[in-house]
Amino acid sequence: MTAAAPPTVPPTRLSARAPARLLSGPTGGAVLALVALVVLNALFTPNFATAANAWNILWQVSSVVIVAVGMTIVIATGGIDLSVGSVMAIAGALVATQLGHGIPVAVLAALLGAVAIGTLNGTLVARWKIQPIVVTLATLIAGRGLAQVLSNDGQLVPVRDATFEVLGRGRIGPVPVPVIIAAVVVALAAYALRATPFGRYVLAAGGNPAAARLAGVPVQRTMIMVYAVCGLLAGIAGLLETSRLGASDAAKMGLNIELDAIAATVVGGTALSGGRAVVLGTVVGALVMQVIATSFNMLLIPYAWSLVLKAAIILVAVYFQRPKQA
Amino acid sequence: MSTPIASTAATPVAPGVPAGAAPQPPRSARTRRAMIVLQHQGALIALVLASLFGFARYATFLTPENLLNVLRQNSMLGLVALGMTFVILTAGIDLSVGSLLAVAGIVGATLSPRGTLVAIAGGVGAATLLGLVNGLVIAKIRIQPFVVTLAMMIAARGAALAFTGEESVRVATDATGLTWLGRGFVGPIPVPVLLLAVAFAAGWIVLRHTAFGRHVYAVGDEEGAARLLGLEVDRVVIATYALNGALAGLAGVLLAARLGAGQPVAGTGWELDAIAAVVVGGTVLTGGQGGAGLTLSGVLLLGVILNLLNLEGTLSPWWQWVIRGAFLLAVVVVQGRMQRTVDAE
Repeated sequence: MTAAAPPTVPPTRLSARAPARLLSGPTGGAVLALVALVVLNALFTPNFATAANAWNILWQVSSVVIVAVGMTIVIATGGIDLSVGSVMAIAGALVATQLGHGIPVAVLAALLGAVAIGTLNGTLVARWKIQPIVVTLATLIAGRGLAQVLSNDGQLVPVRDATFEVLGRGRIGPVPVPVIIAAVVVALAAYALRATPFGRYVLAAGGNPAAARLAGVPVQRTMIMVYAVCGLLAGIAGLLETSRLGASDAAKMGLNIELDAIAATVVGGTALSGGRAVVLGTVVGALVMQVIATSFNMLLIPYAWSLVLKAAIILVAVYFQRPKQA
Repeated sequence: MSTPIASTAATPVAPGVPAGAAPQPPRSARTRRAMIVLQHQGALIALVLASLFGFARYATFLTPENLLNVLRQNSMLGLVALGMTFVILTAGIDLSVGSLLAVAGIVGATLSPRGTLVAIAGGVGAATLLGLVNGLVIAKIRIQPFVVTLAMMIAARGAALAFTGEESVRVATDATGLTWLGRGFVGPIPVPVLLLAVAFAAGWIVLRHTAFGRHVYAVGDEEGAARLLGLEVDRVVIATYALNGALAGLAGVLLAARLGAGQPVAGTGWELDAIAAVVVGGTVLTGGQGGAGLTLSGVLLLGVILNLLNLEGTLSPWWQWVIRGAFLLAVVVVQGRMQRTVDAE
């Protein structure tokens, strides 16, 4: 995944063109929506345009962004992963119950568990040719149960460890640690998709699997890795949420986050049909959703109406992304 | 993609065996035919096996009370799964059914003081309308069903929560007709079970013996070809999503009648249960292959499994989730294997 890219593909070129690409491409609508939301809120929502609130929004969105990056890669292969919320809960349960063995062991156990579920998803999809939606629906159901079983039959498992709490609640300067982790994940994923063989395999496998196979792309291995990475990222998000809550809540952690992640991905310009991945677009999509939620909360508008607005934005965004044809 | 191959490969098996052939080919043909039966009626066979297991192990399993209980507990999910079958046969999907169910329950409960018929018509009508919107956006604006119904799922849930202020809406105490629909009996049979039977019989007839049913299969099998043949593909798709909305609406009104209240959070996650039942039954997500009878087997199989886990009683609810997920996975793995064995021969 992190195979050394040739130095002829410098990240500078990438960053210089990124803003223009974002605006002109399928993400343009989402960027405009985000700008409009931020401007409107800055004008009309008291205390919205403050540094504290900005960091707060970024802090709250970080877990969704991490999960949504994994979802973006999966969707780029033409797949889908409904199990991410359950994987978060499993990682949370594992880290909370294993913390007695020290943080490294607990974190390793949690991430291994998450990667294991992801690898299982990928193997069933790639080798056994079962549709991703069915495979990950099954692991969503079984995984949520497993998380409950792991946390002593559905108990809330408290986490009392000052060092572990830094992960979800710490700050470096003004920047919350989860925001830094999310930024690193986004940067790595954007780079990997753009400039590594793995990234090209992902897009090739999603665009036309048969052609990719004929061209010598290891389609099966790529697919398995994609779901494993998605599991790993969900596991990281589970660690962050557990640390932030100070407890592992196997019943609620990550519940319905797959829908938020899919919505962020789709709004951001990654088509469900595969073959394309706009990681930065996904970040914009997640931010749009979070700004809506936060501002409705600050304006004391019932949460329910924010759902209606989110749904409208999903539809409008996808409408403008439709392939131009008869 | 493999569906047309599978269906053409499946039919000519019986007449394809020459009379004077060596003993080897007829036997492989027979196993292959058994394979096809197993593949198509796998859920039914598993249902029979699970029931035999239940009969052998638990004295209470094969009592009329227990069986009727299983049926009643799954009647509303069964209605949703029947609608989902139509949608999946067109190679679509509908994630919004749980939210439509909640909307219908709330509208039905709100209208219940005005009489049973108004309540049913209002609840089912509202959900049908939202299903119609799904269908129109999918067919006319050409956005993927997954995205459209994801948006509808979020929006309709939001509307249900906003309209009720996140509180339950009580069904009027004098709406006895409505209450009867949810809680009443005809002879020994609970009314929802009766409605489920009628709905599945109607669904089976529509899919098997009407032009609309044939068109549903045609659209799912090969949409482009269906279009070239002059089928009104858009109209079929729109009608399918409207029908699915109507069935989710009926389930919502029944659930509200049974619980005595329309709840804005009702039906959360039902879309996944319904999809699971359809898939376990043997209707394939790529469309064009499957049917109402298969889905009934799927619903009952998942219901009986849950009932057996409850009768066992020693497993925590969380282990039940693990087993349900693992079971779903096992079923689709076996289905996939058999599909490919049949295709390969």
